[in-house]
Amino acid sequence: MDFSLSPEVVEFRDEIRSIVREFVTPEIADRMHTTGVFDAPELNLELGRRGILERACPGLGKGDPIEMYVMFNELEKAGAPYDGLAVALMIAAVVNKLGSDEQKERIIPSIISGEALVCMGYSEADFGSDVASIKTRAVKDGDEWVINGSKMWTTLAQVAEWLILLTRTDLDLPKHKGLTMFILPMNTPGITVEPVHTLGTEITNATWYDDVRVGDEAVLGGENSGWRTMTTVLAFERGVMGGTNAGVPLLRHFHEWAEANGVFDESTTRERMTRSVIDMQVATLLTMRSAWIAASGGMPGLEGSMTKVFAVEAYQRASRWTQATSGPAGLLQFHEEGAAGEGFVEYDARHSPVMSIYGGTSEINRNNIAERHLGLPKSR
Amino acid sequence: MSVDLGLSPDQESIAELFDGFFSNEAPPAVARAVEPLGFDRDLWNKVIELGAPGMGSAPENGGGGASLGDLVVVAETVGRSIAPVPLVDHLAALSLLTDADLIAGEAIAAVAVRPADDNGIWSLVPTGAVADVVIGVDGDETVVVRSAPPMSGPRNHGSMPLANRSAREGARTVLGPASLFETVLDRWKLLTAAALVGIADAAKELGVAYVKEREQFGVPVGSFQAVQHGLADLPVAIDGGRLLTHKAAWALDNVTDGLLDWANNDITDGPALATMALLFAADAAVMATDRSLHYHGGYGFAEEYDIQMYYRRARGWSLILDDPTTVSLTLADRLFGSVEG
Repeated sequence: MDFSLSPEVVEFRDEIRSIVREFVTPEIADRMHTTGVFDAPELNLELGRRGILERACPGLGKGDPIEMYVMFNELEKAGAPYDGLAVALMIAAVVNKLGSDEQKERIIPSIISGEALVCMGYSEADFGSDVASIKTRAVKDGDEWVINGSKMWTTLAQVAEWLILLTRTDLDLPKHKGLTMFILPMNTPGITVEPVHTLGTEITNATWYDDVRVGDEAVLGGENSGWRTMTTVLAFERGVMGGTNAGVPLLRHFHEWAEANGVFDESTTRERMTRSVIDMQVATLLTMRSAWIAASGGMPGLEGSMTKVFAVEAYQRASRWTQATSGPAGLLQFHEEGAAGEGFVEYDARHSPVMSIYGGTSEINRNNIAERHLGLPKSR
Repeated sequence: MSVDLGLSPDQESIAELFDGFFSNEAPPAVARAVEPLGFDRDLWNKVIELGAPGMGSAPENGGGGASLGDLVVVAETVGRSIAPVPLVDHLAALSLLTDADLIAGEAIAAVAVRPADDNGIWSLVPTGAVADVVIGVDGDETVVVRSAPPMSGPRNHGSMPLANRSAREGARTVLGPASLFETVLDRWKLLTAAALVGIADAAKELGVAYVKEREQFGVPVGSFQAVQHGLADLPVAIDGGRLLTHKAAWALDNVTDGLLDWANNDITDGPALATMALLFAADAAVMATDRSLHYHGGYGFAEEYDIQMYYRRARGWSLILDDPTTVSLTLADRLFGSVEG
């Protein structure tokens, strides 16, 4: 095996590191935690302006999955707000793979320039992991589709330009077959956005769709092919686009505080820290493997499940012990005097629980591994 | 130079060859038959015919010139089969030894993984019961001692051929300062990690096969989600351990002055990675054997079933160096700098 990045990728990584140094300032981190919007438009625009988003997007430009992995890994390790970028690039990749030429021309440039974000309407109040059972309806009316229903966890809907929306178009077909995916502008009449405040600061949304009218130009990946579109999106989401090294900035913040407070001399702390460093290294290797599989022409869906299960639980372990080891200082929030890790220790304890829920729960991922990797019978 | 996380065609062939060899020549019954000593001379003779003992040695010394990545592949097959031959220790010891009889495998080498005590005794040397040559640290020197193996040792959890060996009695050669031994120990950690990944992999296979077959309440035990989720963790830990082990091999082979930048998760330092791999693979093997044994129900506890042999070796091979806390703390010093005072 070869674990070295090519000179070209090293150059690409160094460019991202220099952008990160310039744009990912403490003010940006502050802003994400006060606004609840995990996105930095100035960072996106700079990455877009330099052609980095196009270059990293699967199927576009250079489209090297190793570079995409490197980009998100660098952003994540630096503690940059990259959630908006991850969703946007993922959708740009899906539009590029499944969209019509007209859709590609209309949608992709706005994303890879770093100007437009995308929000995802899949889950509903009553359907999370069982997303194939969603009820939001799209009904054909002449040349148009009329969409009615509601979605939950439509993160970034308050700032996104585009919405990708999973609907039911055929009630007679089995649940996975009667679904259609749409991609439409968020300013289409009939869409309402209500904020949902979360434990981890990020503000997500509930969204309502009342007689939202779109034409066939909004269908992404074909009528009643919504599930295929969905799985294509998830194959990009699981594994490579961040979400696997969230513990790295936490360990850095914690270490700085622990050193300054004499906590880092304790062998218990040092052993736990060492274990977490190993976990982070394994998490990044599993992520890199997904990228390598994609770079070799494969679809790392199953490997993505494996990566996610491991990486988020490793992050949760790190969050749990860093907070416990910090004692009362681990309870103090950003800007409070004496806060462990400048408040990140407390923040990560609020942020880490969501990671094993969104983008496929750990249980769904374990089902996936048990059935598809181990060949065990379907258990539900 | 760029990311390639697959085995090379050569390594695929090596894996196929050794997996095939061990499954033909060393099914678990062979390991069972030579307990408690844990050494099968006939099997070792067949390993010699394969050219395995010297495969990592330099071609100019009559060795095979295999890379550490290749040896990792071999060590994993040893773990998968729990073959009662000291190939891992021997290959590690030969990173500094070039004697022709060792490269041929006619004599067996062991690694004294902990320094000799004040009386010059290396305690509980893995493979010490059967090795003709032992390499290790005595005082501030790396020494190699040739002496008659006891061919017996204390009965132990992992049915390993352990024995105390003298660093001073026998034909003793001083190879250099104690620091010289680090190469041997790094390689030992690396190959032991790979063998533990192999144990984990075999335990997973045994567990999955059993729960597909075994029925309770009229359905396979493996159709229950609680069981499935316990098993689903195993391929994750195994793949993670394998990648980390291969990264350590790659770094030891290719990287000088590697990075220890844990704060940016940028680690390419071979010795640190080898220790990381050992700690991680040990946990993987312990977890895989725990769960697989448990999902066998009462039969997991029955001596007649093979899983208990894997269970004991997972612990034996991972604890013989030292307790994991001590190993972690040594690694912590390398990663974070040592504690002052």
